[in-house]
Amino acid sequence: MQLTLHVNGADHAIDVDDRTSLLDALRDTLGLKGTHAGCEHGVCGTCTVLLNGEPVRSCLMLAAQAEGEVVTTIEGVTPAPGELSVVQDSFVETHGMQCGYCTPGMVLTAHALLRANPAPSRAEIVEAISGNLCRCTGYGQIVEAIELAAQRLARSNTP
Amino acid sequence: MAQALAWMAADPDARLLAGGQTLMPMLAMRLVRPSKLIDIARIPGLDRLEIAADRVELGATLRQVAVERSAALAEAVPLLAKAIRFVGHPPTRRRGTVGGSLANADPAAELALVAVTLGAELLLHDGSAVAAVDFFLAPMTTALPEGAMLTGLRIARQSAPRRGTGFREVAMRAGDYALASAACEVTLDAAGRCASLRLGIGGATPVPTLLPLAALLGTSLTEAKPAIAAALAPLEMMSDGNAGAAYRRRAAQALAEQVLADALAEAMRCN
Ligand code: FES
Ligand code: FES
Repeated sequence: MQLTLHVNGADHAIDVDDRTSLLDALRDTLGLKGTHAGCEHGVCGTCTVLLNGEPVRSCLMLAAQAEGEVVTTIEGVTPAPGELSVVQDSFVETHGMQCGYCTPGMVLTAHALLRANPAPSRAEIVEAISGNLCRCTGYGQIVEAIELAAQRLARSNTP
Repeated sequence: MAQALAWMAADPDARLLAGGQTLMPMLAMRLVRPSKLIDIARIPGLDRLEIAADRVELGATLRQVAVERSAALAEAVPLLAKAIRFVGHPPTRRRGTVGGSLANADPAAELALVAVTLGAELLLHDGSAVAAVDFFLAPMTTALPEGAMLTGLRIARQSAPRRGTGFREVAMRAGDYALASAACEVTLDAAGRCASLRLGIGGATPVPTLLPLAALLGTSLTEAKPAIAAALAPLEMMSDGNAGAAYRRRAAQALAEQVLADALAEAMRCN
């Protein structure tokens, strides 16, 4: 099936099997391996991408269902090659990752949260990441990373 | 819609795909292998949200997140607003649909419990309607005829001024399948006595079930415990690796008492 996916600001014409998941199309067809494949049945959240700016599980969508939508993957949040976004940098600073399995999903979820709600409470952060499993950090440093990113974005001129 | 119905009629192994938050995992695990997947998410108007003076109608492909974000809907049907936050997690509510959840008929589904509790009707493509209590037959089994499409949910608005609602559940983790859940809507008369009462149990029973509590009408609702226990007594409780039937019965009793207390407290604050 011929499709055009709009990913990270560019259109990509691809040819995939009808039932290819968005996750597999991103990783295997477009080579965007930053979107992690974990459980592949909707439980862990590591495959999270932004669809029109909001987090969704890319393993629970067919690539065909993403046609006409704006998809953002972890590769799409960096300001320039070799740089980190404020959110990514905050994850580094607070040790918000260990093995890195959950990190792309957590970072994208944090980006979407902070765009919709620049000053989230701790409870709002926990609710936002409630669909993303982390088996390393115990979540504490991830919540800290998002709080730190919120503080930094509040003080920056270019959110 | 006509095209989708024609494809279904031509091929009994075809399946409708709405939000995909249940069907996609089933495909990934090869639990189902439908010959055709018919994506209904882009059928125009099927995601409608109509809020009229006497009722609300939610289209089958209305995303759960749209239910969560509509202040007008929360005002019209407060029980729905309370329940929707228990449905999965934010990213699954972004894709998951009202109709997908109803047609899937998971015993733990919060939207099904709200539909039964409020006496809602499920709307079919041919213009007919099925009462929610008659729609859910068994776990994952509905009265939807072969080849039919669920197109929406209609809920009559409760107009009594002194109204309160409550929704609670217990699950292994927030967002997981409910082991037991309870939903309640109560209205009071001018003297503070119960004018109407609807209390439903989900998660614990194979289908969401309305408790027969007519004996409490006209009372102050402060002595509801024995009536709830009597209503739960004949019901079959499910048992699985997460919780046995005895646990679910206790949880259902406790949750029913709590949602009734929540609803009553809310109704008493209205004047
Ligand atoms: S890989 Fe998609 S939720 Fe786990
Ligand atoms: S850092 Fe290992 S799963 Fe989160």
